[in-house]
Amino acid sequence: MAYYMGVDVGSVSTNFVLIDESENVIESIYIRTQGNPIRAVQEGIKMLASRNENNWDVRGVGATGSGRNLAGVIVGADVIKNEITAHAVASLREVPDVQTVIEIGGQDSKIIVLRDGVVTDFAMNTVCAAGTGSFLDQQANRLNIPIEEFGNYALRSKNPVRIAGRCAVFAESDMVHKQQLGHRPEDIIRGLCEALVRNYLNNIAKGKEIRPRVVFQGGVAANAGMKAAFENALGQEIYIPKHYDVMGAIGAALLAKDAQVSKTRFKGFGLSEINFTADSFECSGCPNHCEVVNIKMEGKVIARWGDRCNKWKVLDDTVA
Amino acid sequence: MRKVAFPYMGKSYIAFKNLLTAFGNEVVLPPKPTEETISYGTKYAPEFACYPFKIVLGTFVQVLEAGANTLVSSGGVGPCRAGLYTTLQEKILKDLGYEFEMITLEPPGRHFKDLMQNIKKLVNAPLTFRDYVRIIRFAWRQLVLLDKVEQLSHKVRSLEVKKGAATRAYKECVEMIAAAEKYEDLREIERECELLYDKIEKKDFDPIKIGIVGEIYVLLEPASNLEIEEMLGDLGVYVERSMFLSDYTISNAVMDLFHMAGERDVKKTASPYFKEMCGGHGRESVGNAILFAKMGFDGVIQLSPFTCIPEIVAKSILPKVCRDHGIGFLTISLDEQTGKEGLRTRLEAFVDLLTSKRRKAKSFTVKPQMAKEMA
Repeated sequence: MAYYMGVDVGSVSTNFVLIDESENVIESIYIRTQGNPIRAVQEGIKMLASRNENNWDVRGVGATGSGRNLAGVIVGADVIKNEITAHAVASLREVPDVQTVIEIGGQDSKIIVLRDGVVTDFAMNTVCAAGTGSFLDQQANRLNIPIEEFGNYALRSKNPVRIAGRCAVFAESDMVHKQQLGHRPEDIIRGLCEALVRNYLNNIAKGKEIRPRVVFQGGVAANAGMKAAFENALGQEIYIPKHYDVMGAIGAALLAKDAQVSKTRFKGFGLSEINFTADSFECSGCPNHCEVVNIKMEGKVIARWGDRCNKWKVLDDTVA
Repeated sequence: MRKVAFPYMGKSYIAFKNLLTAFGNEVVLPPKPTEETISYGTKYAPEFACYPFKIVLGTFVQVLEAGANTLVSSGGVGPCRAGLYTTLQEKILKDLGYEFEMITLEPPGRHFKDLMQNIKKLVNAPLTFRDYVRIIRFAWRQLVLLDKVEQLSHKVRSLEVKKGAATRAYKECVEMIAAAEKYEDLREIERECELLYDKIEKKDFDPIKIGIVGEIYVLLEPASNLEIEEMLGDLGVYVERSMFLSDYTISNAVMDLFHMAGERDVKKTASPYFKEMCGGHGRESVGNAILFAKMGFDGVIQLSPFTCIPEIVAKSILPKVCRDHGIGFLTISLDEQTGKEGLRTRLEAFVDLLTSKRRKAKSFTVKPQMAKEMA
């Protein structure tokens, strides 16, 4: 049977999924990128390889996320797509009548507006990290509450405290001040969730018409407090997909399947053993002074980017 | 002797250099803004100043270090704070201990005497009336031609078969224009430039068309907008920008002199949505978006420096404008980030969106082949 792989290399997490011909998710892997996308990708492949008892016949690979080009070269991707399109595709497959996708990941949050199964508008946060997974993570850490429990705390609150949500700095100092006054952690956490939702709706979703069904995905969708705050603010039910945390990777796998390539560029499950390195140099050919990056496999350059005039480009065809 | 320098803004430095040299000045060429420029700018500017302010301030530090003793920049009237920027930059740089004269060129309609006095300071050679005509005609032609070859590069890039061909042709054209010595040369060069673009092998398809509107500096200086036009061209998109320096000078200096409203059409077009001026280019952004929609563009991208008030005003109006006209809209806020990945992600998604939108509408309209249009 044919299988398709999706890789989503984000700032915080690197995700892999494997889907079969009927688009069922067979495997999914979620690991932390930890600032080293090459290592994260290799580790993910290694984990997949260890579960590969059926000797999967991978017919196509899709890469997405901010590290998609790098991942694409290393894994050998047939399709390289931005994460906005990938998230929309994955959401549409599970919820065909979706009209709004709320996606909050580790470092960014986005809204995707769809009508009749087509993306008609989107926005991604540009200027601040308030309300993204990293910030929630950091606050959970500070309050010494496991991140998995964080959302449930909010649900226990009957009396939320108002927290400033516009900026992560304002939010944190507000939380600290209220905590020192003696407010309960539950109330502060619920207040934080409400503030972040307010900020999301007022900033990223500003001017967008939020119609049902609303799908909430990305790592933060695991937070029950955030889900409740969204439902409260929007006055409607919110759907969380089963594989909410790896939707980008699912989208990439679906795009790879749709591409129907005759022969995949996938380098195989052995690629965790190959030595990949990256280095860079400044080209002095013209006043642009481009930073050119070399991606090397076993010491041999397999891809280069960063140059504006393309004169350093090698092996054009390795990347879709 | 006056050692004159000015802000870097696209390729305009070529024409400015030749103009100021012909007027008998030594010119200290501003370097293309790099990370070093931005580091100076962010170090010495107030934190809340906009990105163009920081780039220009950084450029000034670099040219003063290189020996300039006179800085020339444009002023401005109206509520955009850029009108006060030269004054503030002068204070900051003098506090840092640099000695120089700042010459601010104000729009002629309102400050004619002041402008003439300032221009006089920059004329340091005995020139006859005929010399003036010759010098200005040449510099102006250079500026117009530079804009033209840039526009051509954006047209051709979306169609090129071999990636990078348009960028290379553009570079060659700029070099030829910069090397010209007199007006007559430019005519020949113009033909050669057209030929260069003609020779590029092109694909025959109707690319997605995107119009770019926004604040002038981030529109004109690619180093401040992460080379967005090249990035879009590489995605196979035909890009047109609402502003070029030569058009801008006509409408804001020449028309201003005769007390005519510059870019009248654009302002009139914007008026159903935006009646009052809000400074900067807020109203122009709205007007130009409508013009792009009327020309059959698929979408509009607004570029604005982070915290730019006029563009913030426009940003709240543009989604409605674009919805009313049935085209896509994306806004990009620019600051000192030099990582391009975030921008590329948004642009790719925007192009995906426009492509699927067009596919949906395709059964109704057939657009003329742009490749043929250009031939």
